[in-house]
Amino acid sequence: MCLGIPMRIARVWSEGELKLAEVEAGGVRTEVDVSLLEDIRVGDYVIVHAGIAISKLDESEARELIKLFNEIASELS
Amino acid sequence: MNRSTDTYRGLIDKITKEYSKSLVAKIRKLAEQLKNVVKIMDFCGTHEWTITHYGIRTLIPDEVELIAGPGCPVCVTPAYYVDQLISLSLEGIEVLTYGDAVRLPASAGHTPRSLLEAKAGGGRVHIVYSFMDAVKYAKTRSNEMVFFAIGFETTMPSVASVIMKGKVPKNLSVLTAYRYTPPIVKHLLTEVGAVQLDGIIAPGHVSAVIGASSWEFIPKEYGVPTVVAGFEAIDVLAAIEKILEMKVRGKAGLINEYSRVVQWDGNKLAKQAIFEVFEVRDAYWRGIGFVRESGGFFKDKFKEHDAIREYGLKDPPADLSKEVVPGCKCHEVVLGLSKPTHCPLFMKVCRPDSPYGPCMVSVEGTCRIWAEHPEFLRLEEIKSVGAALKDLE
Repeated sequence: MCLGIPMRIARVWSEGELKLAEVEAGGVRTEVDVSLLEDIRVGDYVIVHAGIAISKLDESEARELIKLFNEIASELS
Repeated sequence: MNRSTDTYRGLIDKITKEYSKSLVAKIRKLAEQLKNVVKIMDFCGTHEWTITHYGIRTLIPDEVELIAGPGCPVCVTPAYYVDQLISLSLEGIEVLTYGDAVRLPASAGHTPRSLLEAKAGGGRVHIVYSFMDAVKYAKTRSNEMVFFAIGFETTMPSVASVIMKGKVPKNLSVLTAYRYTPPIVKHLLTEVGAVQLDGIIAPGHVSAVIGASSWEFIPKEYGVPTVVAGFEAIDVLAAIEKILEMKVRGKAGLINEYSRVVQWDGNKLAKQAIFEVFEVRDAYWRGIGFVRESGGFFKDKFKEHDAIREYGLKDPPADLSKEVVPGCKCHEVVLGLSKPTHCPLFMKVCRPDSPYGPCMVSVEGTCRIWAEHPEFLRLEEIKSVGAALKDLE
């Protein structure tokens, strides 16, 4: 049960004070609690742990990584 | 998949491979500069899975020893909770919990031996994926239910978030078996007879909640290099490389390698939720003993949700002598004092399809991980025969 999975936000809505989302990874969809994250939008990637999103993947970090990958790619080719 | 994604995938694979190779080369070079064997603990079960699955131990020099740590909640959850929940389930109170927790062995000699066995014998047990699912299930029924909440700081917010907002139906209470991770690391670093560690790969997702800064005490107070790492093979290799680099420079520090997910201060809202709902008390870890200020229990404010109070459960009970099932070394394995292959029961009476000890139950358990990688086990066997032959010489 102690397993964090990166999943993509497909839909966000509120139920009273709870903020919920439908998340997707590898074709599997499930409903999770996203109340403990700020500024959640469709398309964001989050780490889901036992039904709750505990962290958002940092977009600027991901961009940096892609930039780095592209640099290495151009060196390799 | 179209051709361009194929090419892109191929490229990513190629880059990953090249990067891994360069990391392994750096690790080998750094290891040559160190005189003694370096012992690095990988705290998380998921780190241990990555290490075993990708054969990382075979890529790095023998002088760098990777030791699996206590990062498996199922492995350290006291048996007395299971015993008490089995009784409740047989009295007709429905127990809701995770798929692996139902297979967790009760205390020595207890029958039924797990919640799953209790279910087979007529006990009311229902498997859920999350606390939210438990709440949904309870709302559609009227019978009394208990959610068995095990886990570390990663799982605590899932209960805290819903409880805080008062969304839990009256027929559902919660048995909190929550444990905090920094206290067990402190225990590992201070306990007499513990493994002398030269580096720690700190838990990635726990840190996403409590923050990388929670581990500052390890290098500061104990001089042990620490790296918060992600769960890809590359993350783990990078963590090993950074720990060795700190060792060579003779400077212990804390590095956050998993910055794409982990913030220095963690998730503020999740930390607030945990703090709001739970209070910290000394708590028992299965087979290990009491660890100071390591357990999360409901504050008085939320006592109406507390199964421990509602059913008068004993936490801890007076008798803790049956926590370890006879012969099982799980409590030594989680502290790095034994390897699964040192246990006479491993892969004999204790197997993934019929776990005898708690470390064989969940995919985060070191025994289960090793058991599911037979090629790795063969290598371990060859190594131990080699060592025995060396002793004979």
